[in-house]
Amino acid sequence: MRYIRTIAAVSTLAIITLLIVSCESNTSLEFKRYYSEGAEIYQTRCQNCHGNDGAGLSALIPALNDSTFLKKNKNSLACTIRYGLKGVININGKTFDENMPAAELAPMEIAQVITYMNNSFGNQLGIVTMDEVEADLKNCK
Amino acid sequence: MRKLVFGLLIIAAYASCKSNNGKSTLPIYGSRKAVTKIVDGKSVTDTVYQTIPQFRFVNQYGDSISNKNLDGKVYVADFFFTTCPSICPQMARNMLKVFAAYKNSADFRILSHTIDPKHDSVPVLKKYADKLGVNGNTWWFLQGKKEDTYSIAENSYLVAVKQDSSAAGGYVHQGYFVLVDKQKRVRGAYDGTEAKQVDQLIADIKTLLAEPDPKTTP
Ligand code: HEC
Repeated sequence: MRYIRTIAAVSTLAIITLLIVSCESNTSLEFKRYYSEGAEIYQTRCQNCHGNDGAGLSALIPALNDSTFLKKNKNSLACTIRYGLKGVININGKTFDENMPAAELAPMEIAQVITYMNNSFGNQLGIVTMDEVEADLKNCK
Repeated sequence: MRKLVFGLLIIAAYASCKSNNGKSTLPIYGSRKAVTKIVDGKSVTDTVYQTIPQFRFVNQYGDSISNKNLDGKVYVADFFFTTCPSICPQMARNMLKVFAAYKNSADFRILSHTIDPKHDSVPVLKKYADKLGVNGNTWWFLQGKKEDTYSIAENSYLVAVKQDSSAAGGYVHQGYFVLVDKQKRVRGAYDGTEAKQVDQLIADIKTLLAEPDPKTTP
C-alpha cells in the first residue's frame, strides 16, 4: 500500500515536472520564433536609422539600448512603431527632438520586432506577445 | 526596388573587381582626349581628362564655396537631404567614419550636397551638422539651386557610376560617395550604404592623398 502511494507521488511529481518543462520550452520556443522573425523585420524596417547595433546616429536618432526607457514605455512602444514618434524624449541622458515615421506593420510583426529590440543591444526584457500589442494599440494617443 | 538592389549589386561587384587589381593606382573616370602641344620644339601628346567644372554653393556656415576652395584637395562628394528617412542615416553613419579618419588632414574635404534646398536652408544644414557632431571645415553641407546640384551630380560626379552601370537614371538618389582627386578628376564611386565599400573608400583616399600635388591649373 505504501509502495503504491510512493509510486503515485513520484509519478505525479514527474508529470508536473514534465508539464512545467514542456510549458517552459513552449514559451522559449515562442520567444525564439518571435525573436528571429523580429530580427528580420528590424533589418528591413529599422536598421537604416537605428543602426545594426542599435546605437542610433549621434544626436539625430536615439539608441535602442536604454532598458529603463523601454521598460517605462512598455505599453506605448507598439503605438510608437505603428504611428511614429515626434517631440522631445530623453534616451541615455541625451535629449532628442526628431521625427520617427510610422511603420505599416501588422500587430504580429510589431510584437516580433519589439521582442527582438527588447532582447538585443544589451536589453533583457523578455517577450511581448501579439495579444499585448493588440491591447496596447487600442490605447494609442 | 528589386531592380535597384540588383543594379547596386552589379555595381558593387564591378567596384570590388576594380579595387582588387591596381592596388596603388586608381582608375580615372570620365571622357578624355589626347592633346598635342609643342614643347621646346618637340611635339608632346598629353591626355586631358574630364574634370569637375566650376561651381558655387553655400555651406552650413553661410560661406560661399567654389571649385577654387577644392584646389589641390582630395574630396568626397555625396547627395542627400536632411529629412530623408531611407538611406541617408546609413550614409551619414558611414560618412562619419570617413570624417573621423581624415578630419585632421588639411588636404581633405567632404561635400554633402542637399537635393532639397527648399527645406534644407543654411540654418537647417547647420543644425543637422551640429547634431551629427560635425564641426570645423573638413565636412561642408552645401546648398544651392536645385538645377545646379542635379546638373553637377549627373554630368560630372556620377560619371563613374554611369560608366559602370546599365541602370537608367536616378543616380543622385542612390547614395554614392564619389571620390575626386587633387586635379578634380573622378577616381571612384562607392555605395555609401555599404560599410565594406566605405572601408575601401577610406583606403583609397589615402592613395590619392599620396599622389603629387598638381601644377597649379589656370
Ligand atoms: C527614418 C528613421 C527611423 C526609422 C526607420 C525607425 N526609427 Fe525609431 N526613431 C527614430 C527617431 C528620429 C526617433 C526619435 C524620435 C523623437 O525624437 O521623438 C526614434 C525613436 C524610437 C524609439 C523610442 C526611443 C528609443 O530610442 O528607445 C523606439 C523604441 C524606436 N524608435 C524603435 C524603432 C523600431 C522598432 C523601428 C523599426 C520598426 C524604428 N524605430 C524605425 C528614427 C527612426
